[in-house]
Amino acid sequence: MTDIINLTLTELVKKIKSKEISSTDITSNYIERSKSSKKLNTYIEETFDDALANSKKFDAKPDFQKKLPGIPIAVKDLYCTKNVKTTAGSKILENFVPSYESTVTQNLWNSGAILLGKLNCDEFAMGSSNETSHFGNVLSPIDNNLVPGGSSGGSASALAAKLTPATIGTDTGGSIRQPASFTGTVGLKPTYGSCSRYGIVAFASSLDQAGPMTRDVKDCALLLEVISSFDNKDSTSIDFKRPNYFSDLNKNIKGKKIGIPKEYRVEGMPAEIEKLWENGKEYLKNCGAEIIDISLPHTRYALPTYYIVAPAEASSNLARYDGVKYGFRVEGENLIDMYEKTRSQGFGDEVKRRIMIGTYVLSSGYYDAYYLKAQKVRKLIKNDFDEAFNKVDAILTPSTPSSAFKVGEKMDDPVSMYLNDIFTVPVNLAGLPGISIPAGLDENNYPLGLQLIGKPFDEQGILNIAYSMEEKINFKLNTSDWWIK
Amino acid sequence: MKQDQYLIEKNGNNYEVVIGLEVHAQVLSNSKLFSNSATKFGSEPNTQVSLVDAAFPGMLPVINEFCVRQAVKTGIGLKAKINKKSIFDRKNYFYADLPQGYQISQYKDPIVGEGSIVLDLPSGPKTIGIERLHLEQDAGKSIHDIDPSSTLVDLNRSGVALMEIVSKPDLRSPEEVNLYIKKLRSIMRYLGTCDGNMQEGSLRADVNVSVRKLGSDKFGTRCEIKNVNSIKFMQMAIEYEANRQVELLEEGGIIDQETRLFDTKKNQTRSMRSKEDAHDYRYFPDPDLLPLEFDDQFIEDIKREIPELPDQKKDRFIEKFKLSPYEATILVSDLETSKYFEKVIKNSDVKLSANWITGELFALLNEKNIEIDQSPISPENLSKLINLISDGTISGKIAKTLFVEMSNGDKDPKKIVEEKGLKQQSDPKELERIIDKVILDNPDNVQKYKSGKDKLFGFFVGQVMKASSGKANPKMVNDILKKKL
Repeated sequence: MTDIINLTLTELVKKIKSKEISSTDITSNYIERSKSSKKLNTYIEETFDDALANSKKFDAKPDFQKKLPGIPIAVKDLYCTKNVKTTAGSKILENFVPSYESTVTQNLWNSGAILLGKLNCDEFAMGSSNETSHFGNVLSPIDNNLVPGGSSGGSASALAAKLTPATIGTDTGGSIRQPASFTGTVGLKPTYGSCSRYGIVAFASSLDQAGPMTRDVKDCALLLEVISSFDNKDSTSIDFKRPNYFSDLNKNIKGKKIGIPKEYRVEGMPAEIEKLWENGKEYLKNCGAEIIDISLPHTRYALPTYYIVAPAEASSNLARYDGVKYGFRVEGENLIDMYEKTRSQGFGDEVKRRIMIGTYVLSSGYYDAYYLKAQKVRKLIKNDFDEAFNKVDAILTPSTPSSAFKVGEKMDDPVSMYLNDIFTVPVNLAGLPGISIPAGLDENNYPLGLQLIGKPFDEQGILNIAYSMEEKINFKLNTSDWWIK
Repeated sequence: MKQDQYLIEKNGNNYEVVIGLEVHAQVLSNSKLFSNSATKFGSEPNTQVSLVDAAFPGMLPVINEFCVRQAVKTGIGLKAKINKKSIFDRKNYFYADLPQGYQISQYKDPIVGEGSIVLDLPSGPKTIGIERLHLEQDAGKSIHDIDPSSTLVDLNRSGVALMEIVSKPDLRSPEEVNLYIKKLRSIMRYLGTCDGNMQEGSLRADVNVSVRKLGSDKFGTRCEIKNVNSIKFMQMAIEYEANRQVELLEEGGIIDQETRLFDTKKNQTRSMRSKEDAHDYRYFPDPDLLPLEFDDQFIEDIKREIPELPDQKKDRFIEKFKLSPYEATILVSDLETSKYFEKVIKNSDVKLSANWITGELFALLNEKNIEIDQSPISPENLSKLINLISDGTISGKIAKTLFVEMSNGDKDPKKIVEEKGLKQQSDPKELERIIDKVILDNPDNVQKYKSGKDKLFGFFVGQVMKASSGKANPKMVNDILKKKL
């Protein structure tokens, strides 16, 4: 059992293809470990019986041509899965069962993967610690009482605790990269338009992207190759020639120019992060890359801009949860009363906070000062990156300004919570690809991540750089299985 | 003061009425604006609803290109500026029959800009400006009168494509509104972009009304009367509203800018909400949709599909068929009427055809309350009837009898003439025989006529026609009678 759960996704695929192990072996091992890891609270919905049945079905008639042959995978509960409860971590959807499948998860199943279950996340993906979920907070396997980050916290925790060989998250402002950084795993947010948003519960439409979360860069390339596709059901999906991220993965980054943005050296950043970043530069130089100082002058406006754009879109996207058509409803005296009761009781505090902020910034009289201005600043932030990419091939930054924090530590201080995303948010605003890879440990032995930001559609470029760095960093995730009784 | 000017007089002051219309015209399309659900009218409730129309989580709108073509086509028909780039915005408000919690509409950047419509007034043509045309989704329907305790929602209409066509405040009377709606409807029916069926709600309007003292060049404060669904109600609402405003002003009051409803039972408008209570729709560009962009070629291709429109057809009818402008206007006002007319005149006299269509046929259709394309008399048979008159086979009087006969089952008039022996009596010998008998039977009147009572000539004609069961050729009767008397 230990052997199987310790294998990477790529290794599993190889062993399945060589018939060394079966899909049933893998699936039952992951189910067993998941069952004994309830303490982490990673699953909202377990589909273990179906998973096992499907793995047997696969073994009876295996198709080794598939990219993920018989591989069990648990996914973030923001993806709509046909006939499997999909909650987005919210009470308002606590009993919602879609009759349809998201494009990204459909891509997984088409590649031979098997659904293990639905993973916990912050309510409607709004949060950076997985503490806003209606289904309770998720614990990080890194240490007792530590948050796994968010909003894809259940995904990151399940991945790091080896409850799934790989997973997919969604990233609106850092929701893949920040939890990856907190849990010592790899997380990639693709270029906006790479992965279809069809069937993903929307948070902020112009920022949301699906992405892979894996144990190493190779797995990340493989999973990206599976989930990235053009989809005419999503009007913002982009039809570009997608490389074979996995087979094209290489460590030849000699002569690549890597930018170091001075604006990311924020005030109060812990010395260990500073050190991590310095180490990163050294690794890159050792790989033959060239380090170039760059400036992204509008960086400091990114977070305020994000906290106008994202809530604005969210306030409108979440209007459909009104108790009329599906989901949770509290009866009322009349329509308005029903709305008020349903939404007051159905949404949690953080979601309400963002709906209110979003409604405010779109209101007449404030629209120009907030929403319109934020759109202009967003353009400037994008221009900063465009300019930088005239000089460099990729940009290296820390993934987060700190390592993981304790459960409850920041719940009463939303601004301090929002600051977690300071390095990841600009990437979403500019629609660029970004990857976080584990790069070291802090004094508590908590993982720390480095982020590589690429040109639009250059996922291959940052994957290659990450692949080279990964070898030099040689990060080892050591968890004690403390949560297993 | 012009003769046909519509004014409201109070206390010796004359007020002019200023009207602008926002017409909502349902795009003639088999599927909805952002989904592939059907749009058939009168289907069972909630049978034409997709996951997108019902706003299920993760569902995304995808523009229906056909609806875009229809809007552009209409824009061309209104001689309007076509905007090669337009933007879809979200108009946010809560209502039970608005599943998304917002309507996708176009706000600042509509697909069609300024254009015009020419009205044929008795005093001559008048051009009414078109401000804009934009595409938007229709809402569903709330049904309050089926269940005593709940409101039911039918989403069949939810997401159906509408064109909102906004006029400039150029209309000055209920009659101009009548002509404007009819002309707009006629143009769209010619184009095949809207069936204009007001009973089915394919054409509805918000009516903006204000009044001002005659000669003033400043507009008064306007009130908007929402969602009026017949021309008659529009006219009644305008008359009521204009008089209400004049009376209020004459009493020294001021008009509040507000939204009003027209109560068709009480024939009055009443306040729905004031400007202060106006919804804040929090419009912002829909992040699920890219700006709508097309090139000149797209517009040129559509231009080639534009058929002859009412104004051109009218000019052609006047020039080619020597019709009066009045006759031509009537015959082109409805596409089907013009088609019917052109079929009849293929083999028949133009003047007679115009008379018979606008006279007898219109009266028949009116009486039966049907449209011309449901006419019980086909254009072919009407043409035959007219030819029977032209070649002297039957008299005009017989023709009318025959017409009534034909209206019961579209019979070939030639056959009826043969079967019923309705052929005109044009045999001089037979006519002489009848006339001789009439003269012989009425010696007194013959005496009186001969002594100068010329008017009695009609009496003799009448007697001859009676004796011939109306079949006598009137011209020949005249000639022979004159000779004999």
